[in-house]
Amino acid sequence: MGWAIALHGGAGDIPVDLPTDKRAPREATLRRCLDLGVAALKAGRSPLDVVELVARELENCPYFNAGRGSVLTTNGTVEMEASIMDGTSKGCGCVSGLTTVVNPISLARVVMEKTPHIYLAFDGAEAFAREQGLETRDQSYFITEQNIERLKQAKEANRVQIDYTQPQPIKEQAIPRSEGDSQIGTVGCVAVDRNGNLASATSTGGLVNKMVGRIGDTPVIGSGTYANTICAVSATGKGESIIRNTIARDVAALMEYKGLSLKDAANQVIANAPKGTVGLVAVTDKGDVAMPFNTTGMFRACAVEDGHSEIAIW
Amino acid sequence: MAKWAIAIHGGAGVDPNLPEQRQEEAKRLLSRCLQIGVDTLKARQSAVDVVELVVRELESDPMFNSGRGSALTAKGTVEMEASIMDGRQRRCGAVSGLTTVKNPVSLARLVMDRSPHSYLAFAGAEEFAREQGVETVDNSYFITEENIGMLKLAKEANTILFDYRIPLPGADTCSASVGSLVPDTSLQMNGLPISIYSPETVGCVVVDSTGNCAAATSTGGLMNKKSGRIGDSPLIGSGTYACDLCAISCTGEGEAIIRSTLARDVAAVMEYKGLNLQEAVDFVVKERLDEGQAGLIAVSRNGEVACKFNSNGMFRGCATEDGYMEVGIWE
Repeated sequence: MGWAIALHGGAGDIPVDLPTDKRAPREATLRRCLDLGVAALKAGRSPLDVVELVARELENCPYFNAGRGSVLTTNGTVEMEASIMDGTSKGCGCVSGLTTVVNPISLARVVMEKTPHIYLAFDGAEAFAREQGLETRDQSYFITEQNIERLKQAKEANRVQIDYTQPQPIKEQAIPRSEGDSQIGTVGCVAVDRNGNLASATSTGGLVNKMVGRIGDTPVIGSGTYANTICAVSATGKGESIIRNTIARDVAALMEYKGLSLKDAANQVIANAPKGTVGLVAVTDKGDVAMPFNTTGMFRACAVEDGHSEIAIW
Repeated sequence: MAKWAIAIHGGAGVDPNLPEQRQEEAKRLLSRCLQIGVDTLKARQSAVDVVELVVRELESDPMFNSGRGSALTAKGTVEMEASIMDGRQRRCGAVSGLTTVKNPVSLARLVMDRSPHSYLAFAGAEEFAREQGVETVDNSYFITEENIGMLKLAKEANTILFDYRIPLPGADTCSASVGSLVPDTSLQMNGLPISIYSPETVGCVVVDSTGNCAAATSTGGLMNKKSGRIGDSPLIGSGTYACDLCAISCTGEGEAIIRSTLARDVAAVMEYKGLNLQEAVDFVVKERLDEGQAGLIAVSRNGEVACKFNSNGMFRGCATEDGYMEVGIWE
C-alpha cells in the first residue's frame, strides 16, 4: 500500500485534433501539478494539504475552468465555487458565488476548519474571505479573452436555438465548440497517503453563460466531491447530471454496499450517466486509481508510489 | 394500482420542556397538513405536486422553521432555502439565500421545471423569482417576534459557549435571561442548548397512486447562522432525495446530514444492499450519523412509510392508503 494521486482539468467535448498551442500549456500544467502533488506526498504531507495545493495550482492556471480562467456567467462575470473533503474525519468545506477570491479551494478549507458551518456562499462567503485575510483580486484578474469569446459564442448559439425552435423552456443549453476547447470542466484532485488517509478537492467557474446565481455539482458534497475511509472522488462534467446521479457518493456507495472494486464502481457510475456529460478521478485507501469518463476527453494525470504515472487527454 | 403514502416533518430536535400547549398546536398543524396531502393523494395528484403543496402549507404557517417563522441570521434577517426532487428521472430543483420569496419550495420547483439548471441562489435566485412572477414580500414578513427573542438568546449562548468552552451551567448562571430558560442544559443541537435551538426545516415525502415518489424540504436554517451559510436542506443527496425506489427528507444537524449524504444513503442501501425501507432507514440513522443528531422521513414505491431520528424528538406525521394516520413528536 503506497500513496496515490489523481487530478483532472475537466471532462468535455475535447476534439482529438486540438491544436498544439491549446494542448501544450494544458499538458504542461497537468505535469507540473502532478509533480507538485507527488513531491508533497513523498514529503509526508497530509492528503488534505496535497489536494488543496494541487487545486490551487490548477485554479491559478488560466487554461482551466477554475479560479483564473473561469468561464463567465450570462452577465459576463465570474462566480466560482469549490469544495474539499477529508476522508478520515468526513469534514467538509464548500463555497459558491465567489467573485474576488483568488483561491476558492482555500476558502472552502477555511470554512471547514474555522467555522461551525460547512458551506458559505455569495456575499457572506466574500465577507468571510476578507475577515480571514485570504488573497482577493479584482474580477478582471479572473477573466480571460478566451472566456469572453466562449460566452459570445454561447449566447449566439442560444439565440439561434430560440429563433428556430418551438418556444419552450430552455432545458439543454447548446454548448458551442470554441476552437475545440472543453466547454464544461472543472478542476479536481484526489489523494491517498501511505496510511490510507484520503481527501478530495474540486473547484470550478461553472457552466458557460450560466444564470447568475447558478450553483453546479462542484460545491455539493456527494455530487462533485466525496471522500471517506474507502475512497476519494472528484467529478467533472455537466453539473445538473452529476447532481441527480450523486456521482461522487455513488462510487463510494457501490464499493461499500455492493462490494465492487474501484474500477467497476467508477465505470458503472459513468455508464449510468447520459453520454457526454461526466468524468471523474478517484483513489482508494489501497492506492488504486480510476479515471473514467463518457465524454470525448478529460484532461487528467495520476501517479502511484510504485512508479506508474500518466498524463492524458483522450 | 400502487398504494399511496405520505410523511411530513416539522424538524428534529425538540425541547423536552416544550409547553403542552405548543405541543398541541404543533400536532394540530401537522394533522392539518397531513390531511391536505391525503386529500390530494386520494384525488390522484402526482407525488411532486403533493409534496410541493404540503410544504407550501408548512412554509406559510409561522410555527415551524421555514418560510414565515424562519430562524434568523446573525444579522437578524431571513435567508431561506429549499429543494424538491421528482423520483421519475430524478429531476431536481433547489434554491438558497431567498429573502423575499413567499414560498421557497415553489421557486425550487420552477428552477426544476423552467430553468436549464438545478440550483439557483441569492441574488440570481431572487431575480429568477421576479422573472417567473412568484409571490414576493418584504423580508420582515418572515420574521416573528418569537424568533427575534430566540436570536438574542442564541447570541448570548454562542458567546458563552465559545468564550468558556463549557456547556451552560444550571439556573445559577451569570446571565439572568439565559439562566431563566435553561433547565436542561445537557441537551444541545448544533452547538445551542435545545431550548434555544430552532428545530430546522420542514419536509414532505410522497408515493402516489402510480408508484412515483417525490420529496421536498424547506428551511430558514440555523438560528444565528452567518449570512451566506447554506445547510443540508437544498443539497440533493443530503437533505432531499428521490428516485424510483423511494423518497427521503432529512432534518437536524446539517453538518452531520451532509457528511453522511443521509438522504442518498437510504436509497443507496436499498438499491445496492437490497434492504427494505425500514431496514434502510434504521441502518442509515444508526450507522451513518456518528455523533450527529438528525431525523428523516421516507416512503417507498410499495406504499411503505418510515420515520426515524436519533435526536430528542421530531415533529412528524405519516399516513398510508390502508387508513393508518398518525402525528407525533416524541419517540
